[in-house]
Amino acid sequence: MTDPAVAPALRPFEGLGRWAIWIIESLGRFGSFLLQALSAMVAPPFKLWPLLGRIHYIGFRSLLIILLTGAFTGMVLGLQIFLTLSRFGSEAFLGPAVALSLIRELGPVLAALMVTGRAGSALTAELGIMRITEQIDALTVMALSPMRYLVAPSIIAGVITFPLMTALFDVVGIFGGYLVGVELLGLSEGTYFGEMQTFVDLTDVMTGFWKSLSFGIIVTWVCTYKGYYVSRGAEGVAQATTQAVVLSSVLILVWDYFLGTVLP
Amino acid sequence: MIRVKGLRKSFGRQTVLNGVDLEVPDGSITVIIGRSGGGKSVFLKHLIGLLRPDSGRIEVGGVDFGRLRGRALDEVRKRYGVVFQSGALFDSMSCRDNVAFPLREKLRLSRADIATRVDRGLEQVGLTGIGDKYPEEVSGGMRKRVAIARALVTEPEIVFFDEPTTGLDPVLVNTIHRLILELHRRLRFTAVMVSHEIPEIFEIADRVGMLHDGRIVELGPPAAIQASSNPVVQQFIRGDPDAGA
Repeated sequence: MTDPAVAPALRPFEGLGRWAIWIIESLGRFGSFLLQALSAMVAPPFKLWPLLGRIHYIGFRSLLIILLTGAFTGMVLGLQIFLTLSRFGSEAFLGPAVALSLIRELGPVLAALMVTGRAGSALTAELGIMRITEQIDALTVMALSPMRYLVAPSIIAGVITFPLMTALFDVVGIFGGYLVGVELLGLSEGTYFGEMQTFVDLTDVMTGFWKSLSFGIIVTWVCTYKGYYVSRGAEGVAQATTQAVVLSSVLILVWDYFLGTVLP
Repeated sequence: MIRVKGLRKSFGRQTVLNGVDLEVPDGSITVIIGRSGGGKSVFLKHLIGLLRPDSGRIEVGGVDFGRLRGRALDEVRKRYGVVFQSGALFDSMSCRDNVAFPLREKLRLSRADIATRVDRGLEQVGLTGIGDKYPEEVSGGMRKRVAIARALVTEPEIVFFDEPTTGLDPVLVNTIHRLILELHRRLRFTAVMVSHEIPEIFEIADRVGMLHDGRIVELGPPAAIQASSNPVVQQFIRGDPDAGA
């Protein structure tokens, strides 16, 4: 919408200004959404059942995809790293290479991306449909906070389930690497696991843990935010779902790089 | 008493409410009529606190409701029941759980008390026996009745109805209106309804207000509205697309 009072030569600046205001408004709303959710988390009464429901929805129902992608990621790593290391005669380091790749980087990132695709998108669509069918308004006018009932449990569930699912992804991936490296390509079992114990320490595990924890917050924050502020009916829900998945995925990778530079 | 004075609301450059004045006496049924897209639902959203006025005052029981936030706002809302246009039933819950939900979450009642009140609520709207079904498994008319039962189960002082009969056949429209009237006689709540069901709403309203161009252009008992000399009101009542309103 262009203001007729604005001189034609200034209209590009008007558009730029409107875009800048929109960006600042959106960022402010995005930030205050998380603050509201955090205050809903700490304010009694605490609701256990909605939280357990969200843990089941985000965590338990993502198990199959986590186990499947974890196993194949480990197998691919096992194969590719074995072939690379065999050029230098260093196959013995297959175990630590697979484990470190998974625990520090691939486990948290791929598990988060998988859960974003499965549960994050569903979270956005669910909240979006609740918004357009006035269910969120109904909660509000009942003097019951949608933040407490819908958003806070999802974010807490993200914080709880992402590290657990990442741990599962890592374990299954390490066994996937074992399957290929030891069972198929003939590396000894003792070498695979023994070297792993030498090279992988608690710092690596904690790096993966902090990453998965923060991804849990990012994914549930973005996905609930996008669903909560849906407008324009079914098309709006579809758009919000796509935006939630894309934005979550991009933020996961950007934040992963950032944490990679600051964590030991 | 709900008292609205000089309520204004614009979205961008579009002015939707342009100085609405209205008084809703306690215990009455006040119906706001007006053309589709005329701002009736926007007005109702101000009364229930889902939108904030740009200017003007909304008083509920002497409190400036339009300026309230947080807990103070929720305290007033606890006296409210709202029936949304779509019903707004929680689709992940059975009809019975929908009715029980505000009781479980807002009042400290035993399970037995909740069950008793839910049964009574469903019975009042003629829906005994369908409680275990989910909203998607029942008809549109039944969904509206479940929504009415949910809105009334906490025995609110003020009940808002946003086009509660939209999308229903004429028989169901009258059934729902009769149900609202009967429940109103029994429970004595103050009702504010937005509707464009003409002439059916004249049967149940104590007062009717016509919202046009962002203002209440006529307000009075149904007979006075029907006899109004205001051409806008007459055009709306007759459904005449060619009148010069």
